[in-house]
Amino acid sequence: LAPWIPVVGLEIHAQISSNSKLFSGSQVQFAAPPNSLVSFFDASLPGTLPVLNRRCVEAAVMTGLALNCSINKKSLFDRKHYFYADLPAGYQITQQRVPIAVNGSLSYSLCIDNKMSQMVTKTVRIKQIQLEQDSGKSLHDDTRCQTLVDLNRAGVGLMEVVMEPDMCCGEEAAAAVRELQLILQTLGSSQAVMAEGQLRVDANVSVHHPGEPYGVRTEVKNINSIRFLAKAVDYEIQRQIEELENGGTILNETRAFDSKLGCTVPMRDKEGKQDYRFMPEPNLPPLILYDTKSLPANMNHQQVINIDWIQERLPDLPSVKREKLVEQYGILPEHSFTLLNEDGLAEFFESVVKQTQMKPKKVIGWILNDLLSYLKQHSLTVKESPVSSILLADLLNLLEKKEISSTAAKRVLAELWKGEGKTPLEIVKEQKLELLQDQKELEQICQAVIDGQENEVIMMVLG
Amino acid sequence: QKVSVEVLDHLEHLALVDFRDSEGVERLQKAIQFADQLQEVNTDGVEPMDSVLEDRWCLYLREDDVTEGNCTKELLENAREKLEEYFVAPPGNIPLPKLEERETFLQGS
Repeated sequence: LAPWIPVVGLEIHAQISSNSKLFSGSQVQFAAPPNSLVSFFDASLPGTLPVLNRRCVEAAVMTGLALNCSINKKSLFDRKHYFYADLPAGYQITQQRVPIAVNGSLSYSLCIDNKMSQMVTKTVRIKQIQLEQDSGKSLHDDTRCQTLVDLNRAGVGLMEVVMEPDMCCGEEAAAAVRELQLILQTLGSSQAVMAEGQLRVDANVSVHHPGEPYGVRTEVKNINSIRFLAKAVDYEIQRQIEELENGGTILNETRAFDSKLGCTVPMRDKEGKQDYRFMPEPNLPPLILYDTKSLPANMNHQQVINIDWIQERLPDLPSVKREKLVEQYGILPEHSFTLLNEDGLAEFFESVVKQTQMKPKKVIGWILNDLLSYLKQHSLTVKESPVSSILLADLLNLLEKKEISSTAAKRVLAELWKGEGKTPLEIVKEQKLELLQDQKELEQICQAVIDGQENEVIMMVLG
Repeated sequence: QKVSVEVLDHLEHLALVDFRDSEGVERLQKAIQFADQLQEVNTDGVEPMDSVLEDRWCLYLREDDVTEGNCTKELLENAREKLEEYFVAPPGNIPLPKLEERETFLQGS
């Protein structure tokens, strides 16, 4: 049987973190009374016009720069037409002809063989990033055979990030999305919380034999978490391979991932091939961005976006943060990955290191093995940890000064998790866990033990 | 060159426009012919124009402030059907009736 090469591309929609919407001044907020965050423009009432939100443009530029894209100094807006109840205008304003950023790349890491000890770096090309409007939300009421429409989300700014089909499996897709999520959160351009719909991923999957052209691809939607993304992609790859090996064909269709069944199913309500009738958005002139060289002399500061200015102010991206952690503290790359993977863990680690004499290489063990596993067991975030960095640092200091043993330290930590407000020193005293340093006292104890176990001692001496 | 029945049907589905009778189709044909005159102009090497104001029309950038919204009642006044502050819509797109099922008379090529 000839081998199959799976090909996976991703279309990711990230909600821009902004106060107001892309083209109107209504508020962006997750849970709010239905249709309370809707302006006349969002509801597509006649006579309303789009007005571009500066913050949304800055978010897209930041993201483009972080993903090594070329920023298009002139980009255009277009209308994409289709009918759906949650799209009141009958079209979405997007950037189809010339998007704001193109030709970037994203590097991400994978563990080989499920071990954290061996990591490999991969790259996926970013085809483009475009600004576009989000649609409203449809709640399907099947019992009453109707759809309830809430337009609170209609018009919220989105960045669509298109990743080329450089990935080959669910694990790669998941790792790439995870890294993108961390980058967006670091930049602040999107909070990228999948559970709140701030990050939505559609996967394009196909398979082919080596040397042959790419196979027909399917689009998989309704993926609600990074874990499910990996599952959905792997399932679809398998499904296509089985279908083709059984002599079947793959339809160029859209499928939905069913998380309960763990499979993809064809989506209903797809009326043949969509014709979006793209046309330039007549109410918006081209979006012009500047850099230090092309900065116009007499323009209102507020009307100018300077790409170089944004570039200079980009924060350290996750990959840079990891390198710095490894360099500064001598920890392993895998450690830095875990530190950045948990919200607040890297800061916690650095805080402990500052407050203790214990070497960072030893501290990291306590952070990753003891602290993190406890938090995971109890489904707590770092912020919710009953053990603060100060308490842990105090404990590690006692250990470092050899006032307690390692075993004792673990016992103290177990006690600290109870969050009763006791300090490590107090617990050590309470449970009498101090290491004895006095030679004479130690000899006395040993002698007493030997004296008390005469028979056993004789047995041992006789061999 | 006449507009084929298939193209007509496709257009009607896309735009939810009913061309109704042969007169309507004839008007469409004439409109297409009129617009086709644009093809006679040689635009090789000429950048498409987005606006007559060219460089002078700057896209206005708005500050990211919340200035609108909170008019649920007003918006819902326009709704034919509502349910507790939601707009009520049919369960899915209602497809145009198939060509054969339509009562209106369509004369194609």
